[in-house]
Amino acid sequence: MKKVYAYPKSLKRAPFHYCPGCGHSIVHRLVCEVIDEMNLQDKTIGIPPPGCSVFAYNYFDVDMAESAHGRGAAVATGAKRAFPDAIVFTYQGDGDLAAIGTAETIHAANRGEQITTIFVNNAVYGMTGGQMAPTTLVGQKTTTTPYGRDESLDGAPIKMSEILALVKGTVYIERVAVNSPDNIRKAKKAIRKAFQTQIYKLGFSMVEILSPCPTNWKMSPIESWQWVDREMTKVFPLGVIKDTTEKKDAD
Amino acid sequence: MTGNSAIAEAAIRAGCQCYFGYPITPQNELTEYMAANLSRRKGCSFIQAESEISAINMVYGASVVGARAMTSSSSPGISLKQEGISYLAACELPAVIVNMSRGGPGLGSIVAAQSDYFQSTRGGGHGDYRTIVLAPSSVQELADLTHKAFDLSDKYKIPTLILGDGILGQMMEPVEFHYEAPAELLVRPDGLRGAKGRPSKIIKTFTSDPAQLEELNWSLFRRYELIKKQETACETFMVDDAKLIVVAFGIAARIARGAIKTVRAEGLKVGLMRPITLWPYPSEKIQELAKGVKQYLVFELNMGQMIEDVQLSLAGQGEVSFYGRPGGVIPTPSEVARVISRLYYQKGLK
Repeated sequence: MKKVYAYPKSLKRAPFHYCPGCGHSIVHRLVCEVIDEMNLQDKTIGIPPPGCSVFAYNYFDVDMAESAHGRGAAVATGAKRAFPDAIVFTYQGDGDLAAIGTAETIHAANRGEQITTIFVNNAVYGMTGGQMAPTTLVGQKTTTTPYGRDESLDGAPIKMSEILALVKGTVYIERVAVNSPDNIRKAKKAIRKAFQTQIYKLGFSMVEILSPCPTNWKMSPIESWQWVDREMTKVFPLGVIKDTTEKKDAD
Repeated sequence: MTGNSAIAEAAIRAGCQCYFGYPITPQNELTEYMAANLSRRKGCSFIQAESEISAINMVYGASVVGARAMTSSSSPGISLKQEGISYLAACELPAVIVNMSRGGPGLGSIVAAQSDYFQSTRGGGHGDYRTIVLAPSSVQELADLTHKAFDLSDKYKIPTLILGDGILGQMMEPVEFHYEAPAELLVRPDGLRGAKGRPSKIIKTFTSDPAQLEELNWSLFRRYELIKKQETACETFMVDDAKLIVVAFGIAARIARGAIKTVRAEGLKVGLMRPITLWPYPSEKIQELAKGVKQYLVFELNMGQMIEDVQLSLAGQGEVSFYGRPGGVIPTPSEVARVISRLYYQKGLK
């Protein structure tokens, strides 16, 4: 009988600690599938952040080094510069990448660091209990925006993919979602392309993944998947944000 | 050669593969020397980072994969690096951090000061940890201790600080380098290089199990005890017949030495104890001296920080006076000589 699906080799057989309906476990699996298919398990170094995915190293069966909050791109830069043969990826949330780590991220991208960033955007600080993230939607209620995010006080959700697309060292950015089988397939394709970009040494690559957080959104898993489509993608439209992988001298 | 350049050259010769820094006076010559000389070396990497925070985290990343890595800054920038230093200490990762310190608090001044003693010797960032702290007092010693810092850091898997100051960094003295740069890059065997032929490895500090974290703290402190036993270093000058001993480190010790020569010429029996390692502190040496000498003068370019370590070391076995100038004011050897001489007579030692 033909085997059509198997548990990824680089995904440890540990039960996920994530909440039911959370996107992290799907993203973990997709990254591991890509690592397996591209035969990268023995040369990959992952940089997980603080936050819900702080335990990512319990699931990824590759070398992993924890980063301080927001510093993933700087840690990855140091690792990749010192050991260019490695495939280095960061795994970061929206608070990590789009708030405290904004400077590290933009400058790593601007230098065209040969690293890949998996940016999981769930519009909320998950691990700390559902506070406002830089990507929280206007009007969205969180524990620190109990009356809804007020644009005049809190600003509007920041679009890191679009911002990062402006710097020359960024070569590939795509925004995807993991809320339906179709979107999950597209997400995997994007992750694969981002790793390929690094292998070809073309520059900085990132995949932004809209990911449901039913617990902190106070929704059922199904409602949260629908909310990604209905609300999040209006502010964060899916698709390729930048792709200059085919061009020699982009921008 | 300036002190800052001497550190950079010594680091290259010690096999430093990666340097990440951010401009701040008075240590820019170090960064510039690395930009000119390290960046051209095969397999080596220099980055002018976007911040001191990024620079120390790049050092962390390089250390994770087993490379010899270094960053440098001055007081306000070192404050920013404390987050990264705490993580390095927790993850038991080697790294060399240079602080060519300046006057504080706040933005302070760009002139030499020693007001970062507490920050340097008590860990500096959050959590229970220590770093090895080396305090050179000449350009030659800057070079020698830089090399030593890399070796100690690797040997004990502990971030190591070189605590200099604006004068040491800027002054020019002849310097001799005792090592050639290694032909091959030095890679620590425990660095993460991909899970090839071995299970995957994790470098982390976070745990939800307090018992595990307690054990990490215990294991760090067991290693610290070993470092105390094996690596404590100091220098003494004219202490054999001394009735009064001046305790000073770094550039202050240099000034004190000149002052002691002056008062010796007047017949006062004064000596110098200069800690070379500020952590671990040479307490045993002070206890040994205290068997014969009861009067101590601590001289620092701050409001009195190392004096606490002298008092702790003496544990009541001697009397400690203090002379300090904060904010970047540098007294001359003759000013210090007057302070020594006044104290000598006040205490009835003549």
